[in-house]
Amino acid sequence: MSAETLTGVEPLAVTSSRQRRSGRGTVRRLGPLGVAAVVIVGLLVLAALLAPLIAPYDPAIGSVVERYQAPGAAHVLGTDQSGRDLLSRLLYGARTSLTGAAVVVLLAAAGGTVLALVATWFGGRVDALVGRLLDLLFAFPNLLLAILVVAVFGTGLTQAAVALAVAYVPYTARVLRSVALRERRLAYVQAAELQGLSGFVVTGRHLLPNIAPQILTGAAINFGYAMIDLAALSFLGLGVQAPTADWGLMVSQGQDSLLQGYPGQSLLAGACIVVAVAAFSVIGERLGGRRAGGRA
Amino acid sequence: MLRFVIRRLGALAATLLVSSFIIYAAMYAAPGSPESFLVRGRTVSPEVLASIRVQYGLDEPFLVRYWHWLTGVLSGDFGESLATRQDVASLLASRIPTTLGLTAYAALLIVVFGVVAGVVAGLRGGALDTAVLLGSSVGFAIPTFFAAVLLMSVFAVTLGWFPVFGAGAGLSGRLLHLTLPAVALALPAIAVVARITRTAVVEERDTEHVSVSLARGVPWRVVARRHIVRNAMLPVTTIVGVNVAALVAGAAVVEHAFTLDGIGSLLIDAVQQKDFAVVQAVALVLVAVFGVVNLVIDVLYAVIDPRVQLGGESA
Repeated sequence: MSAETLTGVEPLAVTSSRQRRSGRGTVRRLGPLGVAAVVIVGLLVLAALLAPLIAPYDPAIGSVVERYQAPGAAHVLGTDQSGRDLLSRLLYGARTSLTGAAVVVLLAAAGGTVLALVATWFGGRVDALVGRLLDLLFAFPNLLLAILVVAVFGTGLTQAAVALAVAYVPYTARVLRSVALRERRLAYVQAAELQGLSGFVVTGRHLLPNIAPQILTGAAINFGYAMIDLAALSFLGLGVQAPTADWGLMVSQGQDSLLQGYPGQSLLAGACIVVAVAAFSVIGERLGGRRAGGRA
Repeated sequence: MLRFVIRRLGALAATLLVSSFIIYAAMYAAPGSPESFLVRGRTVSPEVLASIRVQYGLDEPFLVRYWHWLTGVLSGDFGESLATRQDVASLLASRIPTTLGLTAYAALLIVVFGVVAGVVAGLRGGALDTAVLLGSSVGFAIPTFFAAVLLMSVFAVTLGWFPVFGAGAGLSGRLLHLTLPAVALALPAIAVVARITRTAVVEERDTEHVSVSLARGVPWRVVARRHIVRNAMLPVTTIVGVNVAALVAGAAVVEHAFTLDGIGSLLIDAVQQKDFAVVQAVALVLVAVFGVVNLVIDVLYAVIDPRVQLGGESA
């Protein structure tokens, strides 16, 4: 898996440095689908930022008399089982989905980068130790690792995000380690080392900037997965807790209504997740050259 | 081959030992003490609390408790559920068949639909290829839990073809009850597998040995079967393996959505109730199954491609 991602990642360094100069090059590289994805992500970010301004109702307050309203003039997308406005809840839901996934991706990238650089720089026993640690984490299925972390730290958006970051670190670290290792063998790094520059300086000044494109691509690809997995944890009742508006939680809460013949909440929230994830995965693909096969 | 399997089993045993320690330590470190769970918010005298601690061995040091637990697990005794006082081992035994059926069903769907769709798309090309590519992009973005809700909404609620909840009785009942959950569980993986298979087949179709075989007049059917599909199966085995192994834990989401009584939903419930005896047991079982599935995949890899030297790669 890591080898596949690597070959998928490689063209980035070449194309991005060549095309960075012109904005038109970026548009061409994204393609129509990519541009659509960027627009969708932009709208999502706007929805999340402006939710308090544009949401017609308070997402947490509803009235029992207004439960299960069909879409109409008062409630554009209708109401849920507690009479809360669905459009408002979806808008606010963009906040938890985006910030949660961003936290997962940032933490996983940071943890993975540090582990990869430490392993690369010290090599030998430290490298072997890091390798063993990663092997151990790989022995746990992703979701199980996240569930166990939640079991220890409790439920909530922050805890779920940290849990997923822990589950993502081994993949990030393994990919970045091999990239950093290749970079370290290059002559300029060895020259810097011979000049007597400290390991900290060489790693920070030379290795880190040169593996940055791979870090970014990995983060972009992970973003979509992080959204899915966070929503799944919320769906399981282990992530975001009611009454906070969250797409995963809304799919789960809407399940009872769905059985009673009101599928609106589940379907709308699920559609939001699908569209957002698809947009992020298209961007990740375009950034990283070809498609990425898995969470690696 | 045998030496490889034995060595990998040894490595797996070592991994399990370390994992068991991590799992036990994590649950030990988790907030919320077991005794406060056992008394359930009632005010009890310190004497009663002390007797509870002695009864459950909670007054012993951490390593001693871990040792007791580990030796118990090795002899098939996973302890007692804190929530229901049930024997965890028999609880597991009653839950495992559902999960096993669900994951086996899903794995079958992944292999059949994912690989077949990918092979057909790669060999035929054209509109079929576009359809598979498009379908896999969509399937990829649908989270398992939403697929579950979606299928439930369409096929169980609206059309009424399938039951909504439960595991069913008898073989046909079981199959009927497990169909929607298995499809939901398999859907994202089918998308990935179809995509990767298609790429592998297309790449193999363009190789020189295929052109040469065709130029020499070997029939397309034979070339397709012997040269294209067979060679393309290597990356496919890897991706199928990764996805089948992921089912082990992914089943939890689907079991929760369809309220199936598998070990995944057992795990979720136990985490929510802070029933750590059950969490530990299920986690250990899942890690073990995950390890065994991965080992089987590596062996399969060598069976499919004799060029793969198992002895060379140490785990």
